Amino acid sequence: MKFLEIENLRKVYGAQVGVQHFDIAVERGEFISFLGPSGCGKTTTLRMVAGFEQPSAGSIRIDGRDVVGLRPNQRNIGMVFQSYALFPNMTVAQNVAFGLKIAKRPDAEIKPRVAEMLQMIKLPQLGDRFPYQLSGGQQQRVALARALAGSPQLLLLDEPLSALDAKIRASLRSEIRDLQRKLGITTIYVTHDQEEALAMSDRIVVMSEGRIEQLGTPFEIYNRPRTRFVASFVGTLNILRGKVIDPAKGVVRVDEQDIRLDQQIPNAAPGEMRAIALRPEAVTLGETRPDRNAMKGTIEEVSFLGAIVRIKVRFKDNLISLDTFNSSASPPPRRGDSATVTFAPADLQVLEGVEG
Amino acid sequence: MAQMQLDAAALPLAQPRRMSFAFLGVVPFFVFAVMFLLWPTAFLMVGSFQDADGHFTLENIYRLSEPTILNAYKISIEISVASALLGAIFGFFLAAAVVLGGLPRWLRPTLMTFCGVASNFAGLPLAFAFLATLGRTGLVTLLLRDFVGFDLYATGFNVLSFTGLTLTYLYFQIPLMVLILTPALDGLKREWREAAEVLGATSWQYWRHVAIPVLWPSFLGTTLLLFANSFGAVATAYGLTGSSLNIVPILLYAQSRGDVLHNPNLGYALALGMIVITGLSNGAYIWLRARGERWLK
Repeated sequence: MKFLEIENLRKVYGAQVGVQHFDIAVERGEFISFLGPSGCGKTTTLRMVAGFEQPSAGSIRIDGRDVVGLRPNQRNIGMVFQSYALFPNMTVAQNVAFGLKIAKRPDAEIKPRVAEMLQMIKLPQLGDRFPYQLSGGQQQRVALARALAGSPQLLLLDEPLSALDAKIRASLRSEIRDLQRKLGITTIYVTHDQEEALAMSDRIVVMSEGRIEQLGTPFEIYNRPRTRFVASFVGTLNILRGKVIDPAKGVVRVDEQDIRLDQQIPNAAPGEMRAIALRPEAVTLGETRPDRNAMKGTIEEVSFLGAIVRIKVRFKDNLISLDTFNSSASPPPRRGDSATVTFAPADLQVLEGVEG
Repeated sequence: MAQMQLDAAALPLAQPRRMSFAFLGVVPFFVFAVMFLLWPTAFLMVGSFQDADGHFTLENIYRLSEPTILNAYKISIEISVASALLGAIFGFFLAAAVVLGGLPRWLRPTLMTFCGVASNFAGLPLAFAFLATLGRTGLVTLLLRDFVGFDLYATGFNVLSFTGLTLTYLYFQIPLMVLILTPALDGLKREWREAAEVLGATSWQYWRHVAIPVLWPSFLGTTLLLFANSFGAVATAYGLTGSSLNIVPILLYAQSRGDVLHNPNLGYALALGMIVITGLSNGAYIWLRARGERWLK
């Protein structure tokens, strides 16, 4: 039995579908991210797990107990909000102690627990400050300590870093992940930032239009996107349109040049047009080798980005973008030059669905 | 020393600050404030320490402790407290129902428009409106008597009394409370309630530990503003009760209008007492408001 099981979850608002066909099973201690653009249903799903929204259908079980119908204060959940949501009339210590006080824990237990939590978030000296006296990063740390103080069985984080600047965001995300690992708490993290999701998660649920597009490890999501949406949302990706020549051997023709994959193309018929994903970092210029695909084209654009040079190579209808390191010893090619790009068969991923 | 001289020479010359033409826009406000607030206030403050011949005296201040005057202050404060408290309580529940109650959307702008008008509807028109509706021969009084069989005046009610005046003041006090408290209620973040709930709190515990303490400075501050608003009202009281109710604004009016009680300097002293009371009330309002806004930053 998994720790958190969500089955066939659905949420509708009148005629509008917020979430549908949502199935997921989360292991105890796992860190899972819901990733997707605004309005994709990730926060709605999180709010249903928290109990702020009631599902229209489906079930949510936490540690074997069906929690649909239970109020948020009956679910033993910790939650961190995007806007911190610290109580402005209470000091940092009072905020952290709030859940314990509500649970009527004795003072002798509350005080050391609060001190321990403040130590954990590295703000032991700020217990007497009010939220308005703290920076955004400090407030979010306190919100995390408050959520964890009561030892919840599940931690929910709703875009907790999106209101912070880039530097704080980067440091706080590794702090959150370290804490989560240390405490071993099952965590659901909602974000629209693919870098955040890739860096922090054990698994990622990529969502679009209220449904799961793909569920997998960061490696799978990044390197093996199943749909055009996942491919375009996670990272920068080249999408090539090609005709399936031999699905059994994994051969596809792109702009009259045959390329091969390292596997069969499932559910494909010869002559079908399919989208093929290829990461820019998997492509090199020149260096043809028998074990790599090679395509000849023309340099269309060269952008000098400092340490990186981004080169776009045009074929007939398709375009491949690749990044090379800047080197004073080998100047980048010029627009209009002929070029050969190469890439490994394993780096190609045929996406689901026939192209029109 | 040579280095210091060099540094000084290297500093850019200070540019003389140029007067902004934008100040012209606020000139009418300052002229108005000086002519109709600051200058009259200074005049009556000085006048309250003078006799009819312009000599310095504390007689007017001493006379504020006369039983009639003390009683006038007492009734004024009682009416102001009653109308402020009732206005604050009813106004709070009205504002809370509209902001937090999940009522139809059209209700809020409609109520706000009404409150904007009603909070400024005072003086003789308001007094007349209440006389015409709840007076002894008022429309509502007669309708209640003839169609419901309820004789309002048989219960002891009189619109020209303490109760009547308090009720009349509520007409502008409740809307004023709604107008001022609505932004504070809007400032209660949904996430605070949700954070409290997820930490195990019930709805009552959320209100007790979070919402009420956050709203308290705004609520108390606005109540003090309502008190000052009511304490300074003269036209409504005079229009409604004439001189039958002994409240400070009417007593002050009697001292300055030139009948048998004519003593402008005593009137100035009465006004000074009112300034002190409303000043303290407004000062506390500003302090509490600032405290509330600090939390809501």
